[in-house]
Amino acid sequence: MTPLTPLLLLAVRSAWNRRLTLGMTLLAVALSVTLLLGVERVRHEARNSFAQSVAGTDLVVGARSSPVQLMLYAVFRIGEATHNIHWQSYRAIAENPAVAWSIPLSLGDSHHGFPVIGTSSAYFEHFRYGDAQALAFSAGKPFAEIFDAVLGAEVAARLGYRPGDQLVLSHGMGDVSLAEHTDKPFTVVGILAATGTPVDRSVHVSLEAIQAIHLDWQGGAPLPGLSIPAEYVRKFDLTPKEITAVLVGLKSRAAVFKVQRDLNTRSAEPLLAVLPGVALDQLWQVVGIAERTLLAVSAMVVAVGLAGLVAVVLAGLSERRRELAILRSVGARPSEIFVLLTAEGLFVTVLGALLGVALLALLTALLGPLVQAHYGLAIRARWISSDELALLGAVIAVGLVASLLPGYRAYRISLADGLTPRL
Amino acid sequence: MPLETVIEIENLRFRWSQGNGFCLDIPAFEVRAGERIFLYGPSGSGKSTLLGLLGGVLVPELGRIRLLGSELTRLKPSARDRFRADHVGFVFQQFNLIPYLSVVDNVLLSCRFSARRRERAMAAGGSLHDEAARLLAHLDLEVALYRQGVTSLSVGQQQRVAAARALIGRPEIVIADEPTSALDAERQEAFLALLAGECLAAGSTLLFVSHDRRLAAGFDRELSLASISPACGEGKAA
Repeated sequence: MTPLTPLLLLAVRSAWNRRLTLGMTLLAVALSVTLLLGVERVRHEARNSFAQSVAGTDLVVGARSSPVQLMLYAVFRIGEATHNIHWQSYRAIAENPAVAWSIPLSLGDSHHGFPVIGTSSAYFEHFRYGDAQALAFSAGKPFAEIFDAVLGAEVAARLGYRPGDQLVLSHGMGDVSLAEHTDKPFTVVGILAATGTPVDRSVHVSLEAIQAIHLDWQGGAPLPGLSIPAEYVRKFDLTPKEITAVLVGLKSRAAVFKVQRDLNTRSAEPLLAVLPGVALDQLWQVVGIAERTLLAVSAMVVAVGLAGLVAVVLAGLSERRRELAILRSVGARPSEIFVLLTAEGLFVTVLGALLGVALLALLTALLGPLVQAHYGLAIRARWISSDELALLGAVIAVGLVASLLPGYRAYRISLADGLTPRL
Repeated sequence: MPLETVIEIENLRFRWSQGNGFCLDIPAFEVRAGERIFLYGPSGSGKSTLLGLLGGVLVPELGRIRLLGSELTRLKPSARDRFRADHVGFVFQQFNLIPYLSVVDNVLLSCRFSARRRERAMAAGGSLHDEAARLLAHLDLEVALYRQGVTSLSVGQQQRVAAARALIGRPEIVIADEPTSALDAERQEAFLALLAGECLAAGSTLLFVSHDRRLAAGFDRELSLASISPACGEGKAA
């Protein structure tokens, strides 16, 4: 048996000889691999960033709806709550002897598309993200006065706010809002350090401030003829009537199911308490369908790329019958012809996969910051994960199997032709 | 020069499975070591089939083919391939060369598939490259061409490179199939002289197959395919 190395060298030189056509197929394979790995990476980073968004919280409590919906608005600040919960319900939760701490959240307003969170100082004290990291200030301090605001890192960076700047909140969510709380501007007093979670995209104010800006509002619109100037709001009772959700930390994690059951069954109004981990799993089940569809589509694109590769190698085969006959005449076995042609397809597949990885790294480096700015999704340049490695392995395995076809065809040709190619 | 038998065919019968009526039927054919044989056969007379049989890529229906004392017809396909690589050099009509390899790499192709010829070439020339260069120089190819791609060569030059590939590592048998048909008359003679001379130098037996009888001068023996395969010389050949 001829050693493999000269044979592979021959395959490489043959491929180089047809570098233009093979180069185009190589590019197609590389782009399809980039797409496949890109989808996988976005999927992974999205999951990661969701999982990082909440840590140390034992229960998330809101009005009764679906756990996924509650997680979406309370933790990820996506979408809106259909119902709020009464202040009394919140007080009952906060005073439950099993509860160590609770963070009230009041949602519904926004600032240039960024969600506004009405909360208490417990937020800065107890909120945890990632690996149980606490929030840190990159500038300023928590809110103290009624119209103080603390910005997430991204809000401050995108809108160019610094402590001392003034901003106006909009009623409702969405980038363009007709109803603005122009009469009650807020002052930036603090900016949080970046966390890579929805906190970065949030504007934090006190619950009292949320109450105050809606004093002269009813049913989502300013009351005609009624205007309460900012300086007089303190004369009113600013205790909130309703909040949207509560993040709860327990004294003992062992009590979590009992507290959850109590909240779900024995509260004065219909509440829903969920374990963040469980709700996340449910969320993944929903999102999983879309993820799998995306992955399937990109896998199809890879299949198209590899089919193109096989077509190109097969098409070149008819022009190479003489070459195969020459190789046979100097002693090449049909099996070596098979290896030669299979190696060519495999060679292009492997190079395409490597180029795809390089392209992905380049794209991540170039577009990562853009994606983070627009979608709040941190896609960092990093070494390929084991999942991505498995995908790459699958691509190369499919490439190998596909390359067996031109290899087999060449094998048949070399058996039929022998030393005299039939052209 | 020992007069041992290099090629020996006995009661050979071959028929294409497609059944176009063509067959080869050779009761007996012998070539002795060092002989230079001119085998005449018009196109369609079964030359290619005979070459395929001698090269071990075709297997006869009946009969025996013995090369250098080894019974080719009894070897496994892979052993026949190895035998061909080790002991037989081929020169074909034209397009003998691999387009993406340099002149020297085309010559050395024979050594890539045969350890025996690689060793013999190294023993003869000191290194593979030196031996290839020596053969190319003998075949009147300039040093400047060695590293070039073969597509820039003239047909005559290409045939000489092919001859060098057939000869490197001194195989016992060189089979040339119409190697001069693409050359003009003057170059045909020059090529023949070079090929015959190098076969003599390498101690190789030369089986030269052609439809052009004018080239037969200077060979030890002249035979026609029809005379060695009398029973079925008619019909369409591959």
